[in-house]
Amino acid sequence: MSAAATTIAHEVPPQAGPRAFLHRLRQGDEIAHLITLTFAAVILLLTSMLVYELWRNSHLSRTAFGWAFFWTKVWDPNFDNFGAAPFIYGTLVTSAVALVLAVPLGLASAIFLSELAPRNISDVISFLIDLLAAVPSVIYGLLGIFIVVPLMRTTLGPLLINTVGNLPYVGALFRGPNYGVGFLTAGIVLAIMVVPFIISVSREVLLTVPREQREAAMALGATRWESTWQVVVPWARTGIMGSVFLALARALGETMAVTMVIGNAAAIKASLLAPGDTIASTIANQFTEATGDLYLSSLIELGLVLFLITFILNGLARILIVATERGGGRPA
Amino acid sequence: MSSPRIMWRKSLNYVMLTLTGVAAFAVVSVLFLILGYLIWNGGTSLSLNFFTQLPKPVGETGGGMANAIVGSLKLLFLAAVMGLPVGLLAGVYLAEFGGKTFSFIVRYTTDLLNGVPSIVIGIFAYSLVVLPVKHFSALAGGVALGIMVIPITVRSTEEFLRAVPGNMREAAMALGASKWKTIATVVLPAASGGILTGMLLALARVAGETAPLLFTAFGNRFWSQGWGQPIASLPVMIYTYAVAPYDDWHRQAWAAGLVLLALVLLSNLGARFILARSKAV
Repeated sequence: MSAAATTIAHEVPPQAGPRAFLHRLRQGDEIAHLITLTFAAVILLLTSMLVYELWRNSHLSRTAFGWAFFWTKVWDPNFDNFGAAPFIYGTLVTSAVALVLAVPLGLASAIFLSELAPRNISDVISFLIDLLAAVPSVIYGLLGIFIVVPLMRTTLGPLLINTVGNLPYVGALFRGPNYGVGFLTAGIVLAIMVVPFIISVSREVLLTVPREQREAAMALGATRWESTWQVVVPWARTGIMGSVFLALARALGETMAVTMVIGNAAAIKASLLAPGDTIASTIANQFTEATGDLYLSSLIELGLVLFLITFILNGLARILIVATERGGGRPA
Repeated sequence: MSSPRIMWRKSLNYVMLTLTGVAAFAVVSVLFLILGYLIWNGGTSLSLNFFTQLPKPVGETGGGMANAIVGSLKLLFLAAVMGLPVGLLAGVYLAEFGGKTFSFIVRYTTDLLNGVPSIVIGIFAYSLVVLPVKHFSALAGGVALGIMVIPITVRSTEEFLRAVPGNMREAAMALGASKWKTIATVVLPAASGGILTGMLLALARVAGETAPLLFTAFGNRFWSQGWGQPIASLPVMIYTYAVAPYDDWHRQAWAAGLVLLALVLLSNLGARFILARSKAV
């Protein structure tokens, strides 16, 4: 301590120029700066290498199939013919099912936690929901196989076929053989997995809505629900949309739980009860078995597609959340 | 007294507010359902053998997953050694040194890396480590998990460093400490509780990752022969055992699930405990 104090008394740091640089170098500042900068650059390097490796290793598949890869419905390793359409379809359908179930449930819970529950109860419940988000996906898969799949096979599936299945239009989604595994089962498991993300982000955003907004609505005679639904939620809607995008990005990239309950069949079927496959589940299932170079290259191209989709969605989600936090999400 | 319109609005109010409560309750009950099911099914299959024995060949009952538990710990060790220093120092850069544009790019890329599906990270580690040597290895699994650790560590480190009050920095510099000395002796210790929490949470998250290990660390029914050889891990074991058609394997999968979940949830609780204590001081 005293040594440092005496040094500073004698040594006045120069203002600028090479001597200032040398001075800071001696003090270790520049070295520390450079070292931390290097590690920050490592992140950029890793991410660019990730993109480069996906691009390079999918070369065979990209030259062999071109854009047709996206709409070819055949995935046939025996004849080296690969198309991604069934998996893109499966990814979109399971994620859509997940969002249809998770968004109302998540938004309602977030409203309860931010608007109704006393702060300490809300904090405890949010803590439990954060723990739910920490449960590894393979555990959701385990529970999916041994709880959701049997439930779907014996109870929920037949119930849906006999009720909704008879309706016009919508009925087509719930017809045909019911194996227990399939798009709907995967969607349900995904919904349970993404709900915590919707809740925790939406709750944060709802809590940033100014008190005056609620008070003003109540003063005009609105009920609690009316003030929540017509004033608070619209105020926070951009951020809520952001949370939905984040959830969607997670659902699209989720691998293990889906792989374990979707049935693994490269087929496009109208029925939600039919087995299918997603991009991620196909990679997980077939990567170690991929014998030919073209086969492996096609799987890596699937990875590239998945990367690009989640890249775009994450970007959108972040912009939306930042926009709400800065501008209060005021309706324009 | 009150008009039908008011009655309708009031009942809608009660119904909708009740529904939001029911929704929150339903989501929380899922956590207890998961815990209860795992403890019920896993607890009955869990025995001392699970922790001490190797997996038995198909058809023989019993055996354990000692190799997978050790394997998971080894993989976590590799991930920590490779990922944590990068995350910590990059976080220090963002909080203490960063300029405007470059920091923005680094921050954005970190978020991007955080959002990359874990299976894609697996493909990346596969092309980096497995392809050149043409065989699966513990090292490749460690690289995959290490990459996933980085973005989580960066963001938490930066956040907790920024939370250190500016007057602490000023006090240190007023006493003549250089910038890095201020950071190393004042700022980092002040934020250490939070930074440690972030690291623990990052490791807890990758401890349960399965997808990036499937074709990097692969799996092994015996003790691993070294860092360059395939290695077993708990999450991959759970997956293989759960999708296999044998009842005994299913029981083992439940036991492994219980052990893994206990590990992950306990480190989450531990991390929060550290954070609460460091805030209280």
